[in-house]
Amino acid sequence: MEYFLEVSLVGLAVGGVYALIALGYVLVYKTTRVVNFAHGNIMMFGAYFFYTFAALLGLHWALAVVLTLVASAALGAGIERVVLRPLLGRPAISVVMVTVGLAAVLHGAAQMIWTPGDFFLPSIFPDAPIIIGEMFIPSNTGYGFLVALAAILIFLVLFRFTRSGVAMRATAADQVAASSMGVNVPAMFRLAWIYAALSAAIAGIVVGSITTLNPTMGLIGLSVLAVVILGGLDSIPGAILAGLIIGWLEALTGFYLGGAYKDVIPFVVLIVILMIRPYGLFGTPEIERL
Amino acid sequence: MSIGNFKERYQSDEAIWRTPASRVWFGVLLLALAAFPFIGNSYHLFIACLIGINVISATGINILTGYTGLISLGHAAFMGVGAYSVAYLSNHLGLPFYVCLPLGGLLAAAVGLVVGIPSLRIKGLYLALATIAAQFILGFVFNEWESVTGGGRGVSLAPAEIAGLKLSTEFELYYLIVAIMIPMLLFARNLFRTRIGRAFIAVRDRDISAEVMGINLLHYKLMSFALSSFYAGVAGGLMAYFFKVVTPEQFSFGLSIFFLAAVVVGGMGTILGGIVGAIFMTLVPEVLDAIIHAFGPGAIALLSPAREIVFGLLIVGFLIFEPRGLAEIWRRIKRAYELWPFRN
Amino acid sequence: MGKILEIENLSLAFGGVHALDEVSLAVEEGSITAVIGPNGAGKTSLFNSVSGFYKPQAGRIVFEGSDITRLKPPRRAALGLARTFQNIALFQGMTVLDNIKLGRHVHMKTGLLAAGFYLGPAQREEMALRAEIERDIIDFLEIDHIRNLPVAVLPYGLRKRVELARALAMRPKLLLLDEPVAGMNREETEDMARFVLDIQQERGATILLVEHDMDVVMDICDHVAVLNFGRVIAAGPPDAVRENPAVIEAYLGVEAAHTGEAASPRHGGPG
Repeated sequence: MEYFLEVSLVGLAVGGVYALIALGYVLVYKTTRVVNFAHGNIMMFGAYFFYTFAALLGLHWALAVVLTLVASAALGAGIERVVLRPLLGRPAISVVMVTVGLAAVLHGAAQMIWTPGDFFLPSIFPDAPIIIGEMFIPSNTGYGFLVALAAILIFLVLFRFTRSGVAMRATAADQVAASSMGVNVPAMFRLAWIYAALSAAIAGIVVGSITTLNPTMGLIGLSVLAVVILGGLDSIPGAILAGLIIGWLEALTGFYLGGAYKDVIPFVVLIVILMIRPYGLFGTPEIERL
Repeated sequence: MSIGNFKERYQSDEAIWRTPASRVWFGVLLLALAAFPFIGNSYHLFIACLIGINVISATGINILTGYTGLISLGHAAFMGVGAYSVAYLSNHLGLPFYVCLPLGGLLAAAVGLVVGIPSLRIKGLYLALATIAAQFILGFVFNEWESVTGGGRGVSLAPAEIAGLKLSTEFELYYLIVAIMIPMLLFARNLFRTRIGRAFIAVRDRDISAEVMGINLLHYKLMSFALSSFYAGVAGGLMAYFFKVVTPEQFSFGLSIFFLAAVVVGGMGTILGGIVGAIFMTLVPEVLDAIIHAFGPGAIALLSPAREIVFGLLIVGFLIFEPRGLAEIWRRIKRAYELWPFRN
Repeated sequence: MGKILEIENLSLAFGGVHALDEVSLAVEEGSITAVIGPNGAGKTSLFNSVSGFYKPQAGRIVFEGSDITRLKPPRRAALGLARTFQNIALFQGMTVLDNIKLGRHVHMKTGLLAAGFYLGPAQREEMALRAEIERDIIDFLEIDHIRNLPVAVLPYGLRKRVELARALAMRPKLLLLDEPVAGMNREETEDMARFVLDIQQERGATILLVEHDMDVVMDICDHVAVLNFGRVIAAGPPDAVRENPAVIEAYLGVEAAHTGEAASPRHGGPG
């Protein structure tokens, strides 16, 4: 019991990062109705971009972060233009499968470009752990949580209050109506992919700082599917709450049962949620239209 | 050119091989399959066996994804269930392969049914998530349930045996695999000449009006899951006899993607598509292998990533440019040939 | 003749919107009955309730004397209820023939194993179906030239006809047609009207249809019910309904009704 609180706290911190990853799924799903199975690997690319700029090119970390964001945005926009745009109007099953293919390409490409080995990202955060009372939270996890939280807030503000954010929400609500009101729907799709790639890049840097960097990092994206479904595919508050819940559950199972259990628990949650409440905590139950 | 193909009975109009020429070609194909082991070397046979197993499995995922429209990202895990079941039944209960293989298939089908249960509540796309969860949960079970699966090291099993004859070389296994593959392909083909197959397609194309036709969606989605997993389970069981060892890595998420790629590339929703896709996708790594070896030993590390990139690009490319796959290209070529010298 | 379908006090609401408000309607066996009304009057909601897609909050739907209000759509199909859709819901990946065959699904027996092995009974069942469809449906609806084409390549008018063929294959006792002639030219409309009359007269099926084309409604229907804002505002033989002031008002607005300028609502509401 003495470790329970500490483990929980670390789990919640990791959960904040999951929420940020989940946000990327939700942004793309809300706007384009696609579950993007390549999201985890886009995050992994973000981490490698940062590694390239900060470690390989030796740039100052702040500059490296900016360049990483630029590169990731370009990646997101490029994917949307080259892979998704030609499939507009095709059955959803094709679009979803194309993201599966994309995930394979990105995973292979990362191994080819950066080798399959493990790397450490240059540290951004202070070395000293965060101490709350008698509990230690590892520095990278704690500061990572704060960064994720800040990033989520920024995206929420963007989504809620900017002109393009409103247009994106309109697209999410009703594509045809939005289009007839003068919203450029394909441009909104591109913007959703860019936002998703940006959030993924930040998540990638944080995750890469907490663990090591290697091409399998993208698999985290698959565990985060549990977060997305638990929260409700189209709900941002849902993603945040579910991120915390899954992070916490993972930490507890990892601590009490071991690593293998920790890795599988999100998928158990995923399948249970699909069976009992498929639209998640806050998602909209899909209305059948004839 | 042939100007037409006239029938006097509906039976001949609905036959699998509708022209005398196609029946002759099928006979030639069977003969070629029977003669192949006497012509090919052991490497050829090895690849041929692998293709046969993959054709069975790809046909399974084609039933679920191609015909019923439910994406599966956990097909490899169902193969794993078949493989481990066969290994267990053979090692611990001493059952012969002709009992183990169908049982392995049935156990996989049972697991498939469980994974399909969410279709009670959710629509097509979400089911893909259930299959991903199945992939990782079953992978966990393969790794952790050591008393049955041998954990990370896996289990080995004795060769299949019939009437005192051990089927252990590629030569013998080839005939076993082909003898199982052909009836399973015919079974699938027949299915889509009847109400059951039509119901699967109806679920895929328009699930709302399928209900008005009296089709119970849940019933057919579950049936499709079970059938697809049965094919996977039998293919996995054959893999166990073929490699004589079963390990968790054999049934990774990557293999699930491989089979999804196979039906996309071959052509979803046609039996020919599953066959062509499995052949093509089995040969791609071999060709890549040859190319990369030509670059010298330093390039070997690139093999596995190159494979993944090519698989991924094939999925993306076919979905964008030829969504009906190689089978459609083949159909067009055949049609052009039939109509020659006129343009289609 | 008895009533084949009785709808009693049916109410259906989406959120605060009352799509159907205490709707009662009876369909005489062997008749052609039309439901008309301006857009948004609740016609399609009524159809969707009868075929089982919407769950009404109150009221009953009785088909051949048994309450089907809570039955799922596939069960209703088995009882002999067939329908077509306003926006045509054919199976795009299949040929015309396979689409029609699907209509018989619920009355066939072949199970998974028999199907896969294509055993004697399975084969006989399929062949009997083929022969029946060719004889009773494909020839009747004059679609023999397109039987092996995928429906995706067909023009709109033919698709409507294929959808009717599929519904006929269900051997319906009650056939619901949702705007059977919408979007058709005169010739296609006449063909379709002729088919509908033949189905009623030669096959003894009862037909309930929603339609905006008043010429067709007045020509072929025995009975007309008018919906407006989710309520039945008039019902009776076509001629009586045409003269009903409430109907004229619903179609043309209050002023027209009062000034008496309105003629009969011949071409119905917009769209």
